[in-house]
Amino acid sequence: MRLRLRGIEKSFGATRALAGVDLEARAGEVLALIGENGAGKSTLMKVISGAHAPDAGTMELDGQPFTPREPRASSDAGVAMIYQELTLAPHLNVEENLVLGREPSRWGLVNRRERRERVRKALDMVSHPHLPLDVPVRALSVAQQQIVEIARACASGARVVILDEPTSSLGRHDVDILFGIIARLAEQGVALIYISHFLEECRAVAKRYLVLRDGKSVGSGELAQIDNTGIIRLMVGREVTELYPQAPRTLGEPVIAVSGLDGPRGKPRGVSFQVRKGEIFGIAGLIGSGRTEILRSVFGLDHAAAGTVTVSGRRLALGAPGRSLDAGLGLLSENRKEEGLLLNRDLADNLTLSRLGVLAKGGFVSRSKQLGVANDLMKRLDVRAKSATQAVGTLSGGNQQKIAFGRLLHQEADVFLLDEPTRGIDVGAKAVLYRQMLDMARQGKAVVMVSSYLPELLGMCDTIGVMCRGELVAVRPRREWDEHSLLTAALGRDSDAPDETNN
Amino acid sequence: MSEKPTHRPSWLHRYPLLGPMFGLMFVLLLFEGMIYRHSGMNFLSPETIGLIITQTTVVATGTLGMTMVIVAGGIDLSAGSVVAMTGVIAAVMLKHGYSSWLAVAVAILAGGLVGAINGTIIARFKMMPFIVTLGAMSTMRGFAQMFGDNQKVNYNLGRVEGVNALMNNPYSLHAAGATPWWQAGDTGLSLPAIIPDWLFGILKHFMSPDSAHPGDLSVPLWMPPVGVLILIVLTIIMSFVLNRSVFGRHIFALGSNEDTARLCGLRTRTLKVLVYTLSGMFIGLAGIFALSRLNQGDVTVGMGLELDIITAVVIGGASLNGGVGSIWGAIIGALTMTSLHSGSVQMGWQSYIQGIIIGIVIVLAAGVDKIRSRGLKG
Repeated sequence: MRLRLRGIEKSFGATRALAGVDLEARAGEVLALIGENGAGKSTLMKVISGAHAPDAGTMELDGQPFTPREPRASSDAGVAMIYQELTLAPHLNVEENLVLGREPSRWGLVNRRERRERVRKALDMVSHPHLPLDVPVRALSVAQQQIVEIARACASGARVVILDEPTSSLGRHDVDILFGIIARLAEQGVALIYISHFLEECRAVAKRYLVLRDGKSVGSGELAQIDNTGIIRLMVGREVTELYPQAPRTLGEPVIAVSGLDGPRGKPRGVSFQVRKGEIFGIAGLIGSGRTEILRSVFGLDHAAAGTVTVSGRRLALGAPGRSLDAGLGLLSENRKEEGLLLNRDLADNLTLSRLGVLAKGGFVSRSKQLGVANDLMKRLDVRAKSATQAVGTLSGGNQQKIAFGRLLHQEADVFLLDEPTRGIDVGAKAVLYRQMLDMARQGKAVVMVSSYLPELLGMCDTIGVMCRGELVAVRPRREWDEHSLLTAALGRDSDAPDETNN
Repeated sequence: MSEKPTHRPSWLHRYPLLGPMFGLMFVLLLFEGMIYRHSGMNFLSPETIGLIITQTTVVATGTLGMTMVIVAGGIDLSAGSVVAMTGVIAAVMLKHGYSSWLAVAVAILAGGLVGAINGTIIARFKMMPFIVTLGAMSTMRGFAQMFGDNQKVNYNLGRVEGVNALMNNPYSLHAAGATPWWQAGDTGLSLPAIIPDWLFGILKHFMSPDSAHPGDLSVPLWMPPVGVLILIVLTIIMSFVLNRSVFGRHIFALGSNEDTARLCGLRTRTLKVLVYTLSGMFIGLAGIFALSRLNQGDVTVGMGLELDIITAVVIGGASLNGGVGSIWGAIIGALTMTSLHSGSVQMGWQSYIQGIIIGIVIVLAAGVDKIRSRGLKG
């Protein structure tokens, strides 16, 4: 047994990210790690790589206790990570990247001969001995860069290689090359852990599987002995809870109609849908399927390449967020820290920024009015803060999200475009946001919610559409969906024939 | 991620002006002590303080614009060159007999034009403000030399006439035997031309050092030149604009997080152009003040001035990452810099010692900024 994890647990405040994970990876074998978004895969990776220390549980590497305190310790011990985003230095050439941080040297000078030798050996391991060594890696294709990344793991003497969604940016042909490299690494006695949503890929590359759900390992075994329905059942396996408030609503006429929308970088493609007054419309799909890009193109943060967006009968100018906002659209960004909030400004500024004009007379903002509005919204959203004048960055994630949502309320948006509104926040804050979404819908607003968390979509939405590889493939009333069918549709297969392979 | 609010704002965070204020007091008292021991003279005399304030005016006027630019997340390295260029333009106009008012207006507009060009390039082509204004720094110095024919530009105005009256203290001149300025034929931009008679009457009363002879102006006494009064008024206005106007709040949002600003529907491009344009106009006014102090156009004036201005803004509590800054803080920062300079001169220190001290002050000020922003969750 190369790598063995027993009862790994990890919590962040009230959020329990890992609640008991057992994992065994054998030398010369590929293990597929499968789980929905938010099942705890990335946290588990961070624990193995030493970025997070586990709260409980043990790890062993080749029979020895393995307790990396930092990422460097983990990679020195022979555990290498290949992330979705490449981590190469774009301006350095291939050779320099391969030994970066581990340059063979004497008296502080690089030993060029030894470096060349190590690099050759690593490129042999990944069967690409002819990769140009003196080319800056930014000049290489994404697929080649990924090969460099894997070769770097080999050059550092990795015994365990973990690949996180490695095919997400590769074409069909490159995927085959990657699988070849993975098979060759396994032959040479490396233990590999392959993380992916795509079950077909897992079957093509791995022998054994481990399914994570809600931070727990819920099933493992040989892939040959389980069908896709069985795996999906393991991934889903839970009931919709009472977290989601319900109230009768009547749906009115359409408020927003999107037709033939093409995003700027080919994502999304030809998306059409409409949302009626009082309706909560959910968009499901895997990360990277183009869900976020729909909202950004509709709102104008991305300049859509084609298509129309009509709000209350008026056609919207594309690529003009200011005008979208005037037309009644409001967007909650999925990335509250980098895009959603002014972290170093106070709560009042953040809540009122998109509509300061109503608090101003002759161009000057009335601070007392601003604070009054802020305090009202904070009470309404149950924001736990000392005062409206403290910086948003000092609040907890859940309260930050309430502030970002509160801005849409102050703006008096007619259409709420919510991108992952409850990601990474505690249950209490989630309940507040669900209640607000329902209240808005009851007041005749339209709500569009993108989420990776299927129970929340099923619990809140009237209609759910599924994105798969850039296209909105199915839009149906909620009662026609369940987690199983949503997941199968998102994985790119028709929900009526879940066992047929379809790539 | 816990729900319990753990926020405890530091006093530096709650009262951001206290830090710079404390720094200025510290510098003034330090020099007072040292100079008294050194020569038995007082550093904190009305004359020195008056001199410090007058000497600060050019930098302080520049900070009114630069604070805005830095709060918006930008930087303007062309300020020093624009001060030279606008001063030279005004001097050339005066030389050819145009009125002081027109020269001032053209200089301010020229500064605004440079700012508008910088801002447009930065906003339209998404270029780094550092690079764009670095280019403008060289270009505008070149234009200054071109307009001034690469030499000093002299024009025919007395020291208390027209533009020159803005920054020169009429009382000391009077003591030196010059014609009393309120009797001079062309009072130009001097005090009585700008403020109403009744206010002038009150001021005259307070100018007297001798309560037995109120209104007697025959004794030299410090009284701020008109330029300083203009600066004070503009500071009050700009502080209000930046802190309370919709435009000002949008500037803070833009510098704090441009993505959020777009998300909230702000016209970020237009905003950037406006910020640089307005800032350029203040730089143009600073050029006029510099001209008024020198009484001649000088193509070499303002070398490195942009760094003094930026330093003052940073000492005043601004962050070069944008989103944080204060007009009053920047003015205090500018006063601190001049006090250091003035104190060093009175101590008889070499200029390199000033350089060393100012360098240390910059790093200390940035350190205070670091402490202040602690406690923000990234």
